[in-house]
Amino acid sequence: MLAFGILAVILLASAIWTVSAKKPVYSVVALLLHFAALAATYLMLNAEFLAVIQLIVYSGAILILFLFVIALLSSGVAPFSVGPNKMPKLAIPAVVLVLVALGAVTVGVAHLVVPVATSTGGSPVGPAGTADVFGSVGDFGKALFTTYLLPFEITALVLMVAVIGVILLAGDRSPYVPSQKQAREVRREMREAIVRGGDR
Amino acid sequence: MHVPDWIVILIKSAILLLVVVTTFAYAMLAERKVLGWMQLRPGPNRVGPWGLMQPAADAAKLILKEDLTPKTADPLIYRLAPFISLLTAFSVYAIIPFGADSSGAWAIGNVNAGILLLMAITSIGVYGISLGGWASGSKYPLLGSVRATAQMISYELGMSLSFIGVLILAGTTSLDGIVNAQAHQWFIIPQILGFLIYIITAVAETNRVPFDLVEAETELVAGFHTEYSGLRFGLFFIAEYVNMLTVSCIATLLFLGGWNAPFGLAIVPGVVWFIAKVSFFMFFYMWLRATLPRFRYDRLMAFGWKVLLPLATLNLVITAIIVALKG
Repeated sequence: MLAFGILAVILLASAIWTVSAKKPVYSVVALLLHFAALAATYLMLNAEFLAVIQLIVYSGAILILFLFVIALLSSGVAPFSVGPNKMPKLAIPAVVLVLVALGAVTVGVAHLVVPVATSTGGSPVGPAGTADVFGSVGDFGKALFTTYLLPFEITALVLMVAVIGVILLAGDRSPYVPSQKQAREVRREMREAIVRGGDR
Repeated sequence: MHVPDWIVILIKSAILLLVVVTTFAYAMLAERKVLGWMQLRPGPNRVGPWGLMQPAADAAKLILKEDLTPKTADPLIYRLAPFISLLTAFSVYAIIPFGADSSGAWAIGNVNAGILLLMAITSIGVYGISLGGWASGSKYPLLGSVRATAQMISYELGMSLSFIGVLILAGTTSLDGIVNAQAHQWFIIPQILGFLIYIITAVAETNRVPFDLVEAETELVAGFHTEYSGLRFGLFFIAEYVNMLTVSCIATLLFLGGWNAPFGLAIVPGVVWFIAKVSFFMFFYMWLRATLPRFRYDRLMAFGWKVLLPLATLNLVITAIIVALKG
């Protein structure tokens, strides 16, 4: 409970820091801290695989690309002095609505507590070769490739479409490169032109 | 008398930290000696017998040097970056096992998703370099850090794919389990392609010659750590060597049988074999540095994406088919 409290404070503080930081790179650092704390929270819930994937995919790949872009674009630029945009009036009822919806979902879920295997006793450091428990890599894999095979495949397809879309949008803007055959042709014509010029 | 778990873990961590730092100090000396011999010169030999006190002298020099922060630097991130590098470099040792006896593997924490957690922690390491280069507020470090980010992300893909062949054969993600699965045959034999890909990507991941584009001194002064001096530079330096040690440990655990003795030579304890195998990889790094020139940047990226990644995928598919057919 104490660990959860500490993590919750870190999660909230880093989330607020992420949106309120004046420099974009500070936002990235805050978000990195947030992801690390989130991974630790997953570990506390015995979701070992999810914790690891959170770090590998979000911190190790996605966030670093954010940093890549921000570092290139904002280097030497003065931080935003104006801060974030003013909140429009319409946003207040929207925020209230979202909070109510979230609260309703939380209460609903609290009544629907699913019994969970706790054989690792909440500790990520289990003895080697523990049987597949909830959230372990083996368990996760089995669920993904048997029960949820169709959603898994559909997600893969959607991602594939996204990748193809990116390639199309980025486009092939390489300069025109003649083929070997065309290059030979051009060289031959030039040689002939030179030879003709010499005859004259 | 019963000692609480957390005290045991604390003592283990302290000992391990000491071992890793000492290994770093003497790996650095060994590198300079080996490079010296390969270039027909004696290497450091002034401080202490055989130059054995050289690491202490270097450490004293780095601590006493002035700690400079450029005017254009971002002070907070500039100071934070070396610690991110160091923290991620050291924290992987919490889960790397060095040997085993009847009571289990010798590691501080024996995690089921060991190899995945290891990848997760090392993938954070790139932030130290990227942030450090950006926060320096000058052009060469920025170029170095942009190169580092692109290079490390690209080669991480090939690296993780080269692991998966081993994971399929071992049927587990725990490092302990992977070593035990190699009791009869080291995975280097069925996974020779994976091993070669791993070695190449590991050199690129640690930004060492011939893939040291990140700090290419002929183009970028010193790359991402150009502006760093004194102990902060030292922290980056320690992190680089500790990362070398880490990838050597992973190569040993995944492909060379960890602490399993070769040819049934079980008289020699497993830890000794482990150290010997890791030392071989460390020597291999130094050998590469003395032998190979640096890659060109576009070739480095093309090689990673167009050669290593397809080969690693092919290796994965073939391994999966063979394992599936065997049942």
